[in-house]
Amino acid sequence: MQRSTIAELSRQLRGGSVTSRALVERYLAAIEALDGSINAFITVCGEQALAAADAADELLQSGQAGPLTGVPLAHKDIFCTTDAPTTCGSRMLEGYVSPFDATAVERLRAAGAVLVGKTNMDEFAMGSSTETSYFGPTGNPWDLNRSPGGSSGGSAAAVAAGMIPAGTGTDTGGSIRQPAALAGVTGFKPTYGRVSRYGMVAFASSLDQAGTLTLTAEDAAILMEAMAGFDPRDSTCADLPVPAYTDALNTSLAGKRIGVPKEFFDAGLDSDNEQCVREAIAVFEEQGATVVEVSLPNLHLSVPAYYIVAPAECSSNLSRFDGVRFGHRHEEVTDLESFYKLTRKEGFGPEVKRRIITGAYVLSAGYYDAYYLKAQQVRQLISEDFKRCFAEVDLLAGPTTPTPAFLLGEKMDDPVQMYLNDIYTIGVNLAGLPGISVPCGLVRGLPVGLQLIGPQFGESAVLNCAHIYQQQTQWHDLVPAISASGSDGDSR
Amino acid sequence: MSWETVIGLEIHAQLATRSKIFSGASTAYGAEPNTQACAVDLGYPGVLPVLNAEAVRLAVRFGLAIGASISERSVFARKNYFYPDLPKGYQISQYELPIVVGGSIRIGLDDGGEKHVAVTRAHLEEDAGKSVHENFDGESGIDLNRAGTPLLEIVSEPELSSAVEAVAYMRTVHQLVRYLGICDGNMQEGSFRCDANVSIRQVGDEQLGTRTELKNLNSFRFIERAINYEIERQIDVIEDGGEVVQETRLYDSDRHETRPMRSKEDANDYRYFPDPDLLPVVLDSNYIETQRAALPELPEARQQRFVQSFGLSRKDAAVLTGSRETADYYEGLVEYLKGEHKLAANWVNGELAAALNRDSTGISEARVTPKLLAGLLQRIVDGTISGKIAKEVFEAIWQGEGEADDIIESRGLRQISDSGELETIIDQVLANNPSQVEQYRGGAHKVLGFLVGQVMKATGGKANPGQVNELLRTKL
Repeated sequence: MQRSTIAELSRQLRGGSVTSRALVERYLAAIEALDGSINAFITVCGEQALAAADAADELLQSGQAGPLTGVPLAHKDIFCTTDAPTTCGSRMLEGYVSPFDATAVERLRAAGAVLVGKTNMDEFAMGSSTETSYFGPTGNPWDLNRSPGGSSGGSAAAVAAGMIPAGTGTDTGGSIRQPAALAGVTGFKPTYGRVSRYGMVAFASSLDQAGTLTLTAEDAAILMEAMAGFDPRDSTCADLPVPAYTDALNTSLAGKRIGVPKEFFDAGLDSDNEQCVREAIAVFEEQGATVVEVSLPNLHLSVPAYYIVAPAECSSNLSRFDGVRFGHRHEEVTDLESFYKLTRKEGFGPEVKRRIITGAYVLSAGYYDAYYLKAQQVRQLISEDFKRCFAEVDLLAGPTTPTPAFLLGEKMDDPVQMYLNDIYTIGVNLAGLPGISVPCGLVRGLPVGLQLIGPQFGESAVLNCAHIYQQQTQWHDLVPAISASGSDGDSR
Repeated sequence: MSWETVIGLEIHAQLATRSKIFSGASTAYGAEPNTQACAVDLGYPGVLPVLNAEAVRLAVRFGLAIGASISERSVFARKNYFYPDLPKGYQISQYELPIVVGGSIRIGLDDGGEKHVAVTRAHLEEDAGKSVHENFDGESGIDLNRAGTPLLEIVSEPELSSAVEAVAYMRTVHQLVRYLGICDGNMQEGSFRCDANVSIRQVGDEQLGTRTELKNLNSFRFIERAINYEIERQIDVIEDGGEVVQETRLYDSDRHETRPMRSKEDANDYRYFPDPDLLPVVLDSNYIETQRAALPELPEARQQRFVQSFGLSRKDAAVLTGSRETADYYEGLVEYLKGEHKLAANWVNGELAAALNRDSTGISEARVTPKLLAGLLQRIVDGTISGKIAKEVFEAIWQGEGEADDIIESRGLRQISDSGELETIIDQVLANNPSQVEQYRGGAHKVLGFLVGQVMKATGGKANPGQVNELLRTKL
């Protein structure tokens, strides 16, 4: 079996050359064969998927099918689903089934996508390696000793290995783009407010954004057309029309101006990685774009600012996990305080605790101004840096990560090293911009990512540029060692 | 030593919206526990708050009514603390940028004077649920029906100087929120309650003393008693050489005492920060002016108008404007009874108020409507019945027997004013009571009353007493 894009599967399904049931069976078999070693899924819902596939097949036969009807899909286990548990990678929510579907889930379901499983993630999306998951780390299909990145590492690895054609993810500081880069897939994060956050378990509310992990930018565009758009249940969701992303994919890049922020090419960037990114940028010039150097002078402040804002919000968002109404509960206690303490001590892992403590600290009386308020000011400066750039250029291009995939365990004892892996992605979240990571080469046999960043609500331009790049290159077709197509090196 | 008291009140008024402040769940009181709490109220993973625009409108109405400034931009913040009846582990409130800033409340004082009490701010927030400690065999039950109910917290400056003033302030605000239709004011159901910050200092001191915060004050009587108890307690502490400890104290109405709940040391650091799930509330001047134009006549102005236009005493006017419904009733009544303002006031404040009170009925639900009451009072005015008979007719209308005229007719209550008919009755009475007639003629004019009584008795009260008097005198 080869890896297939949503676009291909959709054509096959509507052409009648394959049924949704057959596809679901094929992907379930791939999961069965591979996931024992990769651990990309927390939950696989085979029976429900087959039932949904049968319903999709009926629709397909009646000719009422849309582009996603019958297409198998996985959701990061942060999206609430009524028919499968939503654990958020935490013991706290082990076995928890939500009474409602997330808006993104609901919309993809309505568009006909078939939910096959829920993917592994760093606990509550806090991590860059999928190692903080209560359900064990996910391996990188390119090298099982390495991390696929995180926090959406499960979806990235599943797509890379061909266990699912596409998965959803969430990106708070790089959690879609970084795993996409490390696992060699396409990871798209829209503008903050483009996709509803309703039903996405909150990590850092002002930064969280849902997006996709796919094989191509075209697939991201197809999924986005279903997921994006105003939702009255999320006050921060933009009430703007959603453009037809797929229509704009083939727009010529001639005359486009692409900015390359010099701060992205600092001493921390692996030189081989840099080489790949520079070559990728050259492709845009070949396509008629003008490449200019730009500057994001405050970008170096993004990681510290992020590690104040995100923990602050998380410390509050995670207070609801108190054992009273849902989730893990320590049963044998005699007083309220120990009930809270033991419930939360047992329910949360060390990284989540570290961030809750950090967050509570920066919000506490006497420190708020020095940390939280200052971080918000820095955030403003970073946003203005980007705004200045977009006055000059249409898009920004640079690396997604400083290095290719690191070894499992390599950074677990050094949180700062782990945090620095998101140095090129975090600024985009702080400014709320759309960004994508597409495979742009191999470094020591491991994929690396090219990051493209657009202005607010400039998703079309980002997807267009990434699609043109993928029309010109084959990096996104490279198949990892551990995949559904075996190790015979077939493309897709 | 001579002490003076400084009190500031934080009033929580539950806003009269149909749904909750951040969810679509109903706010109706008294449902089975946990049946009016949706996923948003329960703080389930993934839920998000969406602001109820009606709650904003009601808060703005209040602000405009007290002459406050309405913030063109206000911000919701999270107040973080753990408690089992607080589902999210934080309460959504407003902190640095509340929706209503400033304004003042004028209260009447016992000596007939008045005082303007400054309002610091009023902000929107969500209520928590309730912990239920009875009937759970040592455990606690949680009812989250109330969680997410919209509250307006009205914070006064520490400008009240006695329990009586505090109650007067509370009553004035209570009357105002009901006039504005923003709160039902039901204190038993907790729709209107307050916390009081109380401190004492020596007369002449500039600096405020250490304050305690009294919680759980849900009736006007308890507020007064709790504050007075607390003032005495603080004076005792200081005069015994001790110091007042800054703490939160709970008022126990059964034992009539306040006792410590938590001290400043274990007070929470609430770690307020702007709620990233909600956008700032931005109100333009157009919106604010529209709300201003829609304000009803406020109690003070209405009372003034009742005195001036209807010629009522201040006291009558105050009682009639005590609630918007009563004032509306009165104005409805006098529409039908031009010129009889005093009579109308007496009946509304007297007979009607007594009947409403007896049957625990609200004036808007009174079976004797303004029109029915007007029909009755009209018959007093035109002499068809006496005031005394009118009370009987009122009771019959109250019991649903129909309009005044029908009842007067069917019960034969019409006043006898035909002098021929009366004279016959009077002659009979005089014939039956020769000794009293003798006494009167001998100069004992007091017996006239007895004879009038006999005539009234013989007519079943239907005779016009003035007319009887006159006729009797003539005959004697």
